[in-house]
Amino acid sequence: MHSFALVGLLLVPLVGSLIVFGLPKRDTTLIKWFTLAVTLIDVVYVIVLGATFDTGAGAARFQFVGSWTWIEAFGVDISFGVDGIAMVLVAMAVVLVPAVVLASWNSFDTQSDAEELNEKPRSVRTYFGLVLLLEFFMIGVFISTDVFLFYVFFEAMLVPMYFIIGSFGGPRRQYAAMKFFLYSLVGGLLMLAAVIGVYVTSGTGTFSFSALIGHVPSGATQKWLFLGFFIAFAIKAPLVPFHTWLPDAGAEAPIGGAVLLVGVLDKVGTFGFLRYCLPLFPEASRYFAPMVLILSVIGILYAGFLAIGQRDMKRLVAYTSVAHFGFIGIGIFAFTTQGGTGAVLYMVNHAFSTGALFLVVGILITRGKSRLVADYGGAARVTPILGGLFLLAGLSALALPGMSTFVSEFLVLVGTFTRHKGLAILATTGIILAALYVLILYQRTMQGVVSEKVRKFKDINLREAFAVAPLIVLILFLGIYPKPVIDVINPAIRDTLANVGQVDPAPASGTAVGGQK
Amino acid sequence: MTLAAAPAQLNAPSIAYHALWPIFIVLGVACVGVLIEAFVPRAERYATQLGLSIAGLVAAFIAVILLRGTSLTTVAGALAIDGTGLFLQGSILVMAILAVLLIGERSLERSPIVAQAAVVVGSSRDRELARTGRIQTEVFPLAMFAVGGMLIFPVSNNLLLMFVALEVLSLPLYLMAGMARHRRLLSQEAAMKYFLLGAFASAFFLYGIALLYGYANSVDLSAILAAASTSNKPDALLYLGLALLVVGLFFKASVAPFHTWTPDVYEGSPTAVTAFMASCTKVAAFGAIIRVLYVGFASTKWDWRPIIWAVAITSMVVGAVFALTQTNIKRILAYSSIAHAGFILVGIVAVTRDAIASTLFYLVTYGLATIAAFGLVTLVRDANGEAVQLSQWAGLGRKGPVVAPLMTILLLSMAGIPLTAGFIGKFYVFRAAYQDAAPLVVIALLSSAVAAFFYLRIIVLMFFAEPPENGPTITIPSPLTTIALTLAAAVTIWLGLFPQPILDLANNAAHLQTVLPG
Repeated sequence: MHSFALVGLLLVPLVGSLIVFGLPKRDTTLIKWFTLAVTLIDVVYVIVLGATFDTGAGAARFQFVGSWTWIEAFGVDISFGVDGIAMVLVAMAVVLVPAVVLASWNSFDTQSDAEELNEKPRSVRTYFGLVLLLEFFMIGVFISTDVFLFYVFFEAMLVPMYFIIGSFGGPRRQYAAMKFFLYSLVGGLLMLAAVIGVYVTSGTGTFSFSALIGHVPSGATQKWLFLGFFIAFAIKAPLVPFHTWLPDAGAEAPIGGAVLLVGVLDKVGTFGFLRYCLPLFPEASRYFAPMVLILSVIGILYAGFLAIGQRDMKRLVAYTSVAHFGFIGIGIFAFTTQGGTGAVLYMVNHAFSTGALFLVVGILITRGKSRLVADYGGAARVTPILGGLFLLAGLSALALPGMSTFVSEFLVLVGTFTRHKGLAILATTGIILAALYVLILYQRTMQGVVSEKVRKFKDINLREAFAVAPLIVLILFLGIYPKPVIDVINPAIRDTLANVGQVDPAPASGTAVGGQK
Repeated sequence: MTLAAAPAQLNAPSIAYHALWPIFIVLGVACVGVLIEAFVPRAERYATQLGLSIAGLVAAFIAVILLRGTSLTTVAGALAIDGTGLFLQGSILVMAILAVLLIGERSLERSPIVAQAAVVVGSSRDRELARTGRIQTEVFPLAMFAVGGMLIFPVSNNLLLMFVALEVLSLPLYLMAGMARHRRLLSQEAAMKYFLLGAFASAFFLYGIALLYGYANSVDLSAILAAASTSNKPDALLYLGLALLVVGLFFKASVAPFHTWTPDVYEGSPTAVTAFMASCTKVAAFGAIIRVLYVGFASTKWDWRPIIWAVAITSMVVGAVFALTQTNIKRILAYSSIAHAGFILVGIVAVTRDAIASTLFYLVTYGLATIAAFGLVTLVRDANGEAVQLSQWAGLGRKGPVVAPLMTILLLSMAGIPLTAGFIGKFYVFRAAYQDAAPLVVIALLSSAVAAFFYLRIIVLMFFAEPPENGPTITIPSPLTTIALTLAAAVTIWLGLFPQPILDLANNAAHLQTVLPG
């Protein structure tokens, strides 16, 4: 009955990480290839898992379930299992890691390879060891079905990320790392209070997610506990007004770290909304939904405007993410199948599209040693392939039809529109802002007069192409044929909404979802 | 123990000698240690004292293990050898072993302990002695006396005995605080301060006993409990007595607002002695607090709980906030210990079996992490001895493969990050308190966020900052310190991953034996 499938998926990067820390420090080539091999093994592993995930009618909500007692005194189990949402997000995280490994291949070798000026070479071994360790925690956080275990992964995940930003980041890395850690920690500790609260007030004597559903007392208690979880996730996601750490962390983190931070770590926040806030606190979720929706829409517009005004490319991408998280937020809290499915798909697409955007920006920065938009110009003429990839990544960020991001944005807006017309219309204007910030960025860096500095740029090399290309391919593929992913997500969303006690409003046609693209 | 029971002939109370073996062993070794000072030649004293102390502590620890499951009161109800008491005694002994190993360290430029504490600081004799390898070996019997007092302190069911234990554990500590080899004046100032304030606290404690005796006609905790429901004396006596009593206890446990001595004393004392004070004294003091409140004042818990609330919040906030501005690593750890005292009090608020168990567990995690942290501080040295300024710790992560990562794990444990022992301890304490004191738990969690800031600051410095010119180096210690550090750190990690055995132990131990008067 107890399946070890997920344990294997989890242990591959952990064991890999421990081995990396044991490899000789000087042999960077070995370390890099080994890390890449470990991450690719996990990719193959997750593809096999995804292929065997049962999406048929009557399939269990959680699959590959396994549970082992951990701390008996607290009623804590090490229990794993994935529903459709978690399955898709785990796959997303696992696929993103090799791209990050490839993108960071030479970042810490010598000074000339560093992303920015005046950086000393740093320990390659530590970096790749931390990336694998982070992958371990990222997988763990998605596959835990025990609230305590989830919390452990949720908090412990901070530590490797903190060191990645703090040791390998840009000039203001100390500040950014500290801010990142403290924001997340405050949220996490409030959540810990709520975790204890859920345990005590439910009276079930267990932290098992499935057993806790429906046992949290309603009324004020539920609202407080909801807020405990919500603030933690809202900081993580990040939702305006809890977002201020992300631009700093995103800008100062090394590119690889930034991709994982925005691509995966932040998804834990939105994943948390769907997995924990909604099913555990249905009444409170309904009560607070208007507030969350409004905050999300404010986020879409506010972060969109801020992104337009950024001079620092990494900050700009970070702000676009804040705007995108607004879309995910309204998708989740609209309580419709399309909205929810769209939101999960959005998470996946966002990871690939922002990941790709961060990677091309990173490639540009390694060439130019500057994060400022103003230091570039006309790069597309010197480096046409990089320019093309930049454009594709940018277009996916602004949700051009044909890109996967369009499907998810459309689903989210449709799902929201059936319930909250005004908010959906306001959110739609965010698309215009997206077009502005992406195209202005592209125009200023890639088109126009070729600056002196840019003239010496080399075009993208094979390694960098291998990092970016799979993401672009995935974006295009999911844009044309999102059905397999939507089929996996849909039942889990329906279960979640059933936990909240919500049915789709009349005009919606849930059956049509996924069949049209 | 009541006065009425004093007829013409005095009946000697029956004593369960077997249950007191741990105490006898430790105090016996302490006495032998004094004799060694008198009769063994100087050259051999160090080795003899160190070996004897460790052997004594290990023997006492084995005795505690053999006593497991014992639950009795003896010496006319004055001592309660029960699960909680034995758990605390065992913890104190383990921590004392580790601390004595640190105190005995001699390879880090001779010893942390001064050659002759009584010589005038700066005199030619003092300078001359400082160059020799001599050490004031009396530190070992002193430590053993202190441990003896600590073993009695949390098992006293009788306030007068508790007071005696308090003095037995305090007086040696006052002396030990003044024995630092370096920064002699700071060390002597610490000793003086600790002594004066400690004497005040003892006076408070004694005054509290007097008032309680006036209320209950007895200094037995069980008699006080009984009197709380039957006595016709004014309740003010009871509450005032309790208040003065806990002031004395809070002082020893360095709970704010009775904490002002802590940073100075922790800073001035030899670091190994600080490790001893910060761990063992705290465990003993909290053991006594639990015993007094849960045995003597269980029925009046609704009256004293708000006070514990207030003190817990004060301690957490003062500890966390004041630590932010410190620049000395020993002072940071001192304020951290004040904050931790607050967290422990959060657990004590609950007055349940879970509360005792969680406090016991927390004390173990805190004590071991603290010993290890102070132990690591002794390794980072420059020409002037230990480098305790925070700025000197910059870039330490590049200087050695062990110290900085180990310190990081310990600091993360103190900050309560998951997968460390500290997290499990915090979780357990907060879970125990949640039912009755949910807002207090939230305040506690927010203070731990503040506290995390200064722990992280040290990590930031060690890993993300450039090392200063002429910065300190990491000294390779002798096996003594290595063993102590390895043990303490290993347990900290192990308890974070697999806490179940110790949780079970704490949970099974969490009961208090009392005698009903009559």
